[in-house]
Amino acid sequence: MSGGIGIHDLTLGYDGHPAVHHLEGSFAEGSLTAIVGPNGSGKSTLLKGVMGLLMPLGGHVHRGEGEIAYLPQSAEVDRDFPATVAELIGLGLWKRIGLFGSIARADRKRIGDALAAVGLEGFARRPIGTLSGGQMQRALFARVLLQDAPIILLDEPFTAIDTQTVTDLVALVQHWHEEGRTVIAVLHDLELVRHNFPRTLLLAREPIGWGPTAEVLTEANLKLAGAMPEAWDERAPWHGNDAPAHDHDHEVKA
Amino acid sequence: MLYDLLVAPFVEFVFMRRALVGAIVLAISAGPVGVFLMLRRMSLTGDAMSHAILPGAAAGFLVSGLAIVPMTLGGFAAGLVVAMLAGLVSRLTSQREDSSLAAFYLISLALGVMLVSLRGSSVDLMHVLFGTVLALNNDALILIGGVATTTLVGLALIWRPLVAECLDPVFLRSVSRAGPPVHLIFLALVVLNLVGGFQALGTLLAVGLMMLPAAAARFWVRSLEAVVALAIGIGVLSAYLGLIVSYRLEVASGPAIILVAGALYLLSLVFGRRGLVFSRRVSTRHRIA
Repeated sequence: MSGGIGIHDLTLGYDGHPAVHHLEGSFAEGSLTAIVGPNGSGKSTLLKGVMGLLMPLGGHVHRGEGEIAYLPQSAEVDRDFPATVAELIGLGLWKRIGLFGSIARADRKRIGDALAAVGLEGFARRPIGTLSGGQMQRALFARVLLQDAPIILLDEPFTAIDTQTVTDLVALVQHWHEEGRTVIAVLHDLELVRHNFPRTLLLAREPIGWGPTAEVLTEANLKLAGAMPEAWDERAPWHGNDAPAHDHDHEVKA
Repeated sequence: MLYDLLVAPFVEFVFMRRALVGAIVLAISAGPVGVFLMLRRMSLTGDAMSHAILPGAAAGFLVSGLAIVPMTLGGFAAGLVVAMLAGLVSRLTSQREDSSLAAFYLISLALGVMLVSLRGSSVDLMHVLFGTVLALNNDALILIGGVATTTLVGLALIWRPLVAECLDPVFLRSVSRAGPPVHLIFLALVVLNLVGGFQALGTLLAVGLMMLPAAAARFWVRSLEAVVALAIGIGVLSAYLGLIVSYRLEVASGPAIILVAGALYLLSLVFGRRGLVFSRRVSTRHRIA
């Protein structure tokens, strides 16, 4: 599997206001990394940038060969849509089937296997509107399984779901790690990160720390991240002195 | 007796047969489009677009009077322009698509009414706004048939990305670039159906045959395929019953069709499986697992 990601002087943001600022570093092939940081620190924005869903204001992302599986925050799924669980997770076969192919019997078996792997046997024909939050998240993990990608990005995969589901899904993430896939997850629960994620990127729009989890999640670093200035300052001067050096603005440091 | 009521009008009068064929084919075509509009939370977009096609049709009317080809082409062009502009504005600015659409369709509607008033009488305006399902000529029937064929083939081709775009748009963007073009093709199909319906039912009512059956069907069934099939069924039934009502009571046929569809919607709202009555009654039966 080839699946490293290089980040070079990457700035991402909206309307010229940076959400991720001059980030430099890399996610090594086969690494398992948690991205943590306060709200508005640019965690989800970074994933969107890595995924290519957001054009950088500066710098670039070097993606290796191969597909990237992306799990958006579960609120992005329209749960009123009249679809079954099988139809939702069948989207994970998109690359294999393409626009016009049809789902063959082998694919049905794959869908069934993926559902079994996340503990949702027999849910294939259930309407997605009847799933609980935890079941929905399990289903979305089954879709990631079907994508069978060397790189996996998870955006807040464990937010607002029950402990048992978190335990099961973390085990699945560990399994992906053992298979040599590169996994990056945006997370909030620091204890969970300390126990399960070897590497951590602590982000407060600028990287506070990026490396082995124990070295990054220190008291001092967390305090530093908590003191992050407000992300959106309309009067923020442009970067550089008078003349803007580049076309996004920087906040004033206190 | 029953024969006299339900069958005889269509056997006796050619214009009734034509009206029936036109309205049924239109219902088959507009129903599925309406379902997707509803599921994408764009129910009012159909309404806005139906106004947007008016100036194009009116321009055609100014050039050549009540002739089908120029009015249809004009309407289609105007609808596409408004759809594109609204999409473009939402992409280039922070305005949401619905607000820019509202702005453009209002401009478009005012322009259309003004164009019609330049030359026509109020009878012409009524024709443009409310259509004449009882005066469908061969050209109009061919147009409606063409619209329906294009719509059904088009929907079949973009079915999967369209479903994905409704269900999980962010995921679709992560695996495919199909989202934006599919959205545009879908909007073109919406415009096409409104233009087709416009000859029979007029701009104001064409959208009724699109949205009412879709909204009614949602109260009864769960799967997407079932909603689409039922919407088509309700549309066809509305067309048929509406024409009979219009014939018996000697009232305008376009509004009669839409009112029947509206009645079916209200019935579904109250008595549908997921409607007011039954979704509130908590069932005490349950399975053991």
